[in-house]
Amino acid sequence: MRTLRITLNGRPVEVDVHESRYLSEVLRGELGLKGTKIGCNEAECGICTVLVNGTPVSSCVFPAFKAQGAVVETIENLSSDGKLHPLQQAFLDQGAVQCGICTPGMIMTAKALIDEKGTALTEDHIRTALKDTYCRCTGYGSIVRAILQAARGESPEASNPEGTGSAVGRSMPNPNARAKIDGSARFTDDYVFPGTLYARTKRAGVPHARVRSIDTAAAKELSGVHAVLTHEDVPGHNRHGLVIDDWPVLCDDKVRYAGDAVAIVAADSEEIAAAAIDLIAVEYEELPVVADALQAAEDASPLVHDGRSDGNVLKHIKVDKGDIEAGLAAADVVVDRTYRTQCAEHLFLEPECSIGIPAGYDPSAYGGSVDSQAVRGETARHDKTTIYVGSQIPYQDRSQTAAALGVEPDAVRVVATLTGGGFGGKEDITGQIHVALLAEKTGRPVKMLYSRQESLLVHPKRHPTVIRIRIGANNDGTLTAVQATLYGDAGAYASLSEKVLTRATTHATGPYEAPNVKVDCFAMYTNNAPSGAFRGFGVTQSCFAVESSMDILAEELGIDPVELRHKNALDIGRTTSTGQVLRESAGLRECIDKVASDMRGEDFRWSWEEGDSRFAWGIAVAYKNTGLGGGAPDKASAEIEVWRGDETRAEVRISSAELGQNLPGVLAACAAEELGIPAENVSVLLGDTDFCPDGGPTTASRQSFVSGNAVRLAAREAAADEGEHVLLRYDYEAPQTQPLGQGGDMHFAFSFCAQAALVEVDMTTGEVHVRKVVAAHDIGRALNPLTLKGQIEGGIVMALGYTLTEHYIQEDGKPWTRLMARYKMPSITHAPEIVSHVVEHPVSAGPFGAKGAGELPSIPTTAAITNAIYRATGVRVRSLPVDQDELLRAHADGADTAELGWGDLEPVPHVAFGGEA
Amino acid sequence: MAQASIHRWKHYYTPATVAEAVDILHRYDGEARVVGGGTDLLVETRRGLHKPVTAMVDVTHIEGLNEISVEDDYIVIGCGVTHSQIVSDERIVEHGTCLTESCGVIGGPQVRNVGTLAGNVAHALPAGDGTIGLLALGGEIEVSGIDGAWWMPLRNSFRGPGKSFIDRSRQVLTRLRFRPTGVGEGSAHHRVMRPQGLCLPIISMGVRVAAGTDNVISDARISMGPVGPVPYLAEPAMEVLIGGPASASQFEKATEVALQNVELRASKYRATREYRERMVRTFLPVILERAVERAGARPL
Repeated sequence: MRTLRITLNGRPVEVDVHESRYLSEVLRGELGLKGTKIGCNEAECGICTVLVNGTPVSSCVFPAFKAQGAVVETIENLSSDGKLHPLQQAFLDQGAVQCGICTPGMIMTAKALIDEKGTALTEDHIRTALKDTYCRCTGYGSIVRAILQAARGESPEASNPEGTGSAVGRSMPNPNARAKIDGSARFTDDYVFPGTLYARTKRAGVPHARVRSIDTAAAKELSGVHAVLTHEDVPGHNRHGLVIDDWPVLCDDKVRYAGDAVAIVAADSEEIAAAAIDLIAVEYEELPVVADALQAAEDASPLVHDGRSDGNVLKHIKVDKGDIEAGLAAADVVVDRTYRTQCAEHLFLEPECSIGIPAGYDPSAYGGSVDSQAVRGETARHDKTTIYVGSQIPYQDRSQTAAALGVEPDAVRVVATLTGGGFGGKEDITGQIHVALLAEKTGRPVKMLYSRQESLLVHPKRHPTVIRIRIGANNDGTLTAVQATLYGDAGAYASLSEKVLTRATTHATGPYEAPNVKVDCFAMYTNNAPSGAFRGFGVTQSCFAVESSMDILAEELGIDPVELRHKNALDIGRTTSTGQVLRESAGLRECIDKVASDMRGEDFRWSWEEGDSRFAWGIAVAYKNTGLGGGAPDKASAEIEVWRGDETRAEVRISSAELGQNLPGVLAACAAEELGIPAENVSVLLGDTDFCPDGGPTTASRQSFVSGNAVRLAAREAAADEGEHVLLRYDYEAPQTQPLGQGGDMHFAFSFCAQAALVEVDMTTGEVHVRKVVAAHDIGRALNPLTLKGQIEGGIVMALGYTLTEHYIQEDGKPWTRLMARYKMPSITHAPEIVSHVVEHPVSAGPFGAKGAGELPSIPTTAAITNAIYRATGVRVRSLPVDQDELLRAHADGADTAELGWGDLEPVPHVAFGGEA
Repeated sequence: MAQASIHRWKHYYTPATVAEAVDILHRYDGEARVVGGGTDLLVETRRGLHKPVTAMVDVTHIEGLNEISVEDDYIVIGCGVTHSQIVSDERIVEHGTCLTESCGVIGGPQVRNVGTLAGNVAHALPAGDGTIGLLALGGEIEVSGIDGAWWMPLRNSFRGPGKSFIDRSRQVLTRLRFRPTGVGEGSAHHRVMRPQGLCLPIISMGVRVAAGTDNVISDARISMGPVGPVPYLAEPAMEVLIGGPASASQFEKATEVALQNVELRASKYRATREYRERMVRTFLPVILERAVERAGARPL
């Protein structure tokens, strides 16, 4: 221990700390300033940025004593007496806050820049200064606008008209944004419970092995260790899973991927827990590894799950419409290509964190008191096992945890905290069950915070796929047939693979009417990290394939690619690949027209050269279902409480999750609109299973529609009741859908979009830059234009990363991508100019006409970019992400395809249609 | 898979003098380690890539060594000087351009605000950008140990990939220096990266050229990495240039000679050999020309 003396936020501070501590740890720990967030502990993501002597530094690798005598400034210093710093105000005004985990670091980096440059600040300065401060949600556009607004001392554009009673359609900041810009917002790791123990997990480290023995004796003996648990200590069901319960809570007979959990430890400190983990000895009999989906499908492949009659086939998903052979025979032209997509990582900037509280927890036993922010109401003592977690599906976290504990679901409470990004990656169980087990075992609160490296290793990813697709068309461009075969790498456990790959299958034809369709998709178990939900839910992959091939088809037919898409586009009266006739709300053609008209401004050219660069445009379109569909009941229940007085106020309660997409703002608007009050008068409580009825999972772009309807209809009933105090619950059930294969309405709504990308390819290096994206999205109705714009921009930039920079590489089941430094998401330097149009073709069953918006923007961007690359270079990218080395090699060799994406060691494999050998 | 242990030191020293720093190192007898900005070292330490040490000796608080000065015909850079300081130093921008260019592409702003050139050099990576820039300038380094301090040419300090002859548990790289480019001299740096998950350059190259108004090159230095285990000074290519005209054909000839004398390699997920070769062929002539232009000469 030594005394650290710094001037912190204007005040001299002395604190005794261990000399091994980093500044971020001292700020968050000893000094209790939780506004500084930690994303990676690698000096990669920049969200931990604080100012030391006015200079931005990554506090996660800045030793505390390096700051001895220095002036340190954190986010907590920015507003004074409740008055916001101009930057904070601008972040609110511009909607530059989504999940909020990067916001403090982003604002501090920007503050130093504004302090330095003043009104001379330019957009280039911003791009230089923020290069290594990452944001996964916004796509950076709103952040640039906010910093410019603050630097210039401007007021926001008059795009936010003062609403008077009208709530829906008004641009308003996310109600949580205020707390996120001043550092007071609390994510799971920011909660403090007296008496907390720290937990860690023993990971398999090997991709496939039989567990011979687990020896925990030495770990248990280590001083400061309170519990070491293995599968033998799981009192209930030792499996979890959202669709199939095949994922061990703690591995027993086998481990099936490197991130599998074998044992867990709770100890007095993270250091002791870590040391205990290293003392656990596990003896394995290593087994042959199933490294990819095609290998998994071979007859001789080892089995990932023993005793399954289908071998490694998790699911064979089929779409059949018309007569495929006749459709192909009738075609004048058939384009037949095979594509490959890579494994991708969500890289939400908040790593997973769960805190388990044992039933009957009494903080006063540890000299502390109840955390008023962590409980709700007088009845909300910790009288049952409670889990604090940034969850996408609180009720299923609850049921899966209860099953493992061997108790009824209502013996467990899940409190969804603010979530620092999810994108589908926080739907499955990670630490929730483990902390519940450890909390009940030790009788103490237990926190399990994953390191970034553990997060990379463990949670489900986006499915790698190999997709062969052939499209037949007449000379006039009319599609006659689409046949596709997909292999999806589901990884070690089922997670949501069946659902995700069903979506990839049903959307494989693109948003077109094709009379004859046959699609086969094989979801395969392998020894890779499980694949699960990821924004776009399988459609991202099949869209890349079909939209690449549509451009090839256009070229072969000599038809303009915009015209070809327009001609075949789904529209009212047309039928999807699963036999669903669209009766309303199909704005694809308007989206195409809007994008084409923007793209084809004055002096439009598809491609041109400038110096060493080639520029070109590419276009792609997409659609995405709203809601679960396929016959699954899609329900949400909402509770509303209304107090009428001089001013009417209301609270809405629903378990649905806010990930930064502004669900609370949308729900408040839906309720306010029905009640005829300003949205500000409606508060929203989300995600607490003891106080909120089940809103269902936050997935499938369903929340605005399903939870929005539940809240709207609850509010409508409350509006009809004139009592001074009204409390009621509404159980909403979305329109019924039909299972795949039965025709009819498989989904109750689809959203549509078109995007055009302008790329620049540097022909000296092969580097690709996306300069501009023009987009139009038909999402029925913009409930909040400001935050909708943020979702669209963020989705596009996320897809840009999928196209150009991201690949979670696994080598024979072992992850090469073990560090954030090895997985680059787009930084502000990659973000293009985005022009975004909203097209509103309302859907009658949606709240005020709205349908889903969360995933759609991420879907067509990839093909728009690669179509542009082809037009610029003559090289068709058939494997992602684009590799500059391979692109240049192909171009130099006069080849017309690039079959190696970055991280690929082999060309795109051969796939037979229908899975024939 | 080693996974869990958290590697930490017990003591963190911020000595105010070189003597104090060296004394602490001596006292710990190999159990201490010098740290500069720590932006590489501490990240690697966290990952368990270094033998744990008892003490860290932070040399960025030493009086007089966190500044840039001009002494005896040299620009001298203290071991506490950050990349950001170098990038914004007008003297180096003017008289050591390739160093500002190379330090300016290291990491992001937060790393450049803390990371030091001395740390970059001591790390001895085959393609550390700051190191490549200083090597092109003909830099020298001062090493201080218990037996005193001495200067040595930077090029003699490399022992292998990530290995320097400086013993970071017993010696401090206290200062770096180079002769500023003067009339008729110019320098330039360029590197090629990829946007995916590898923070290491595909190729990093620096050049320093002296060319008179007669367009004859009187002196030239070319540094490259990674082209082998240590940062490389392309002497055969330099010899081609010296005494010849500052012309495109000479630059191309020198580039070919440089390529003939190195064994470029493919590195997984980073670059194929062919791509590296192409980048050298594309950009070495470009930066030679740029350096000549900066020298005030007009390439033929």
